[in-house]
Amino acid sequence: MTRHLLSAADLTLADATLVLDTAAELETILATSSVGKLPTLRGRTVVTLFFEDSTRTKTSFELAAKRLSADVIGFAAKGSSVSKGETLKDTALTLEAMGADGIVVRHSWSGAPVNLARHVRGSVVNAGDGTHEHPTQALLDAYTMRQRLGRVEGLKVTIVGDVLHSRVARSNVLLLHTLGAEVTVVAPPTLLPVGVGTWPCAVSYDLDAVLPTSDVVMMLRVQRERMGVSYFPSSREYAQRYGLDVRRAERLREDTIVMHPGPMNRGVELASEVADGPRSTIVAQVANGVTVRMAVLYLMLGSAEPAIGVTL
Amino acid sequence: MTRPAGPGWLIQGVLPYGEGPRVDVRLVDGTIVEMGTDLSAGDCQVLDASGQVLLPGFVDLHTHLREPGREDAETVESGTRAAAAGGFTAVHAMANTDPVADNAGVVEQVWRLGAEAGHCDVAPVGAVTLGLAGVQLAELGTMADSAARVRVFSDDGLCISDAGLMRRALEYVKAFDGVIAQHAEEPRLTVGAQMHEGEHSGRLGLTGWPSVAEEAIIARDCLLAQHVGGRLHVCHVSTRGSVEILRLAKARGIDVSGEVTPHHLLLTDAAACGYDATYKVNPPLRSQDDVDAVREGLADGTLDVVATDHAPHAPQDKEAEWGAARPGMTGLETALGIVALTMVGPGLLTWRQVADRMSERPARIGRLLGHGRPLAVGEPANLVLVADTAWTVDRRQTESRSHNTPFHGTTLPARVTATFLRGVRTASA
Repeated sequence: MTRHLLSAADLTLADATLVLDTAAELETILATSSVGKLPTLRGRTVVTLFFEDSTRTKTSFELAAKRLSADVIGFAAKGSSVSKGETLKDTALTLEAMGADGIVVRHSWSGAPVNLARHVRGSVVNAGDGTHEHPTQALLDAYTMRQRLGRVEGLKVTIVGDVLHSRVARSNVLLLHTLGAEVTVVAPPTLLPVGVGTWPCAVSYDLDAVLPTSDVVMMLRVQRERMGVSYFPSSREYAQRYGLDVRRAERLREDTIVMHPGPMNRGVELASEVADGPRSTIVAQVANGVTVRMAVLYLMLGSAEPAIGVTL
Repeated sequence: MTRPAGPGWLIQGVLPYGEGPRVDVRLVDGTIVEMGTDLSAGDCQVLDASGQVLLPGFVDLHTHLREPGREDAETVESGTRAAAAGGFTAVHAMANTDPVADNAGVVEQVWRLGAEAGHCDVAPVGAVTLGLAGVQLAELGTMADSAARVRVFSDDGLCISDAGLMRRALEYVKAFDGVIAQHAEEPRLTVGAQMHEGEHSGRLGLTGWPSVAEEAIIARDCLLAQHVGGRLHVCHVSTRGSVEILRLAKARGIDVSGEVTPHHLLLTDAAACGYDATYKVNPPLRSQDDVDAVREGLADGTLDVVATDHAPHAPQDKEAEWGAARPGMTGLETALGIVALTMVGPGLLTWRQVADRMSERPARIGRLLGHGRPLAVGEPANLVLVADTAWTVDRRQTESRSHNTPFHGTTLPARVTATFLRGVRTASA
């Protein structure tokens, strides 16, 4: 039975915990391994299918697959048939004919991984679709929280920024809720989706009111082009009202951590001093990304019966 | 319409408007010549339709026949064959073809293709603006005076958002009793829009199409129509607020009519959750509350007509990512069944009212002579027979060249068994 990871909502508490525990084991094993590599996925083929540029996520998945000894094929959209008008369905049929066991897909349209999964027998892992979801980012964020704070359950997590357009925010709200954290999203009202009141999180427009009680502050990338369509007046005003600057960071509790999925706009949503300071987990998040993606690929492709994911 | 008149039909045992007692109806030379009990067949062909509902042939105010330009998705011939199968004896062919139906040449071509096919009458809709560009009026009067006798003008698919232009259009068509059929969508509020803006759009990460983008234009256009004394028709009304605005406008005596599609009577935005672009349509599927409101509006007559917005698309235009797929659904062959399911079954409309909403009023709005007429001796034999036979929609079995129905697998409680266009049978189940 093929299973896919399309949304953080596909993961039960047991599934999510299994991923995090598996990642921890893999980290331990790799730390003691002399070759830095495991034979687990030998003979399995993982395709990274990126319709949208993202060097860091693509590299992270490819490294994860290679450390598990999978055959990795990068299927970049640019320069390939994909950019010549080939439909997603045709691309899926091509990959199917080539016998891909796992397909890691990044796409600029929300829902494209779901559409892809309907046409292939391999397991599809959503590596970010439009403004929808990015479930492995949420998993690596949860892993990082557990690493730094020892748990996820009961943590007060504040997610700040362009929630409307953020796949990171959507996946994090869903996964952190599953794991028992208390999430608050903070943004100017223009950058919150209609219906956010039905999400399993609290909503605030006031960053200063939420910061003192936060265990985790996750800053989202704010794109300057949003100014052009009046989501906010200027990056200066945005930084003043929603940026985590030095002054605000000083009012955080001592053990509060600051996260960012990258790439960040230094001086806009996050001051450089904070990004490079001791609270920051930004570099750890990148390292953990590889480990968590190894866990996901292992659990989905490592045996005949996938341990996690959803069936369509 | 070029078919020779046959010896005629004797249809036995029907219920006109679904109301008893059963009568036999004789059609000769395109006309209802006799209605009564136990009529003798004579040399007429006999059709036993015992217990079936007899209605005036349906008139669709909103059909995309795709010809000229996208004959791979639909042609006038295939689209009107689908219309006849759905019980329609006339359809209004929307103007967003390639080339655009913004001149007498194109509307006459479409009209002639319809006449040649003979499945149902085709009333071409003329574009309001040249090339649907929303800048300069097309030659509306020339299209009105052409052989196609255009009375309905629309830039459907695109909204005439310029208030000054909309005013002039409403004013100008008064000279030939025309109507402007507006696709109400404030473009500045729907940039990149993919689905109804609500709880589901937020979760799915699809850009929202807010109800207010429709309602704001309808409110503006009603006031413009009042100001210039023009005739306004609102295409595919989809929200509760729109129904309320139309109700208010009608109470004020403004000459406005509204249509609702079968899909907006049944489906909600929850259908988008699997990212299956079959359910992508413009205006988008709305909330259950909106569905309830358009049903109420159709029931009390605030919404005048059911119009299909039949929008055939080639497979590659629908089997794509949601954002890349074209909006639209087919609807001609399922319209009656959906109305039976959503309106007649729950007691919101009688069959007599179905005749009003699907035949009489749309014919009146489109100024179509010979359609939407009473079921009476001496009237044109444009008729449809409906049986309360349940059937399940199968997207592979269509007269339409396209298969993008959102109702695949849905069981409908009634079906069209026969359609007659001026006494000639154009469809049989």
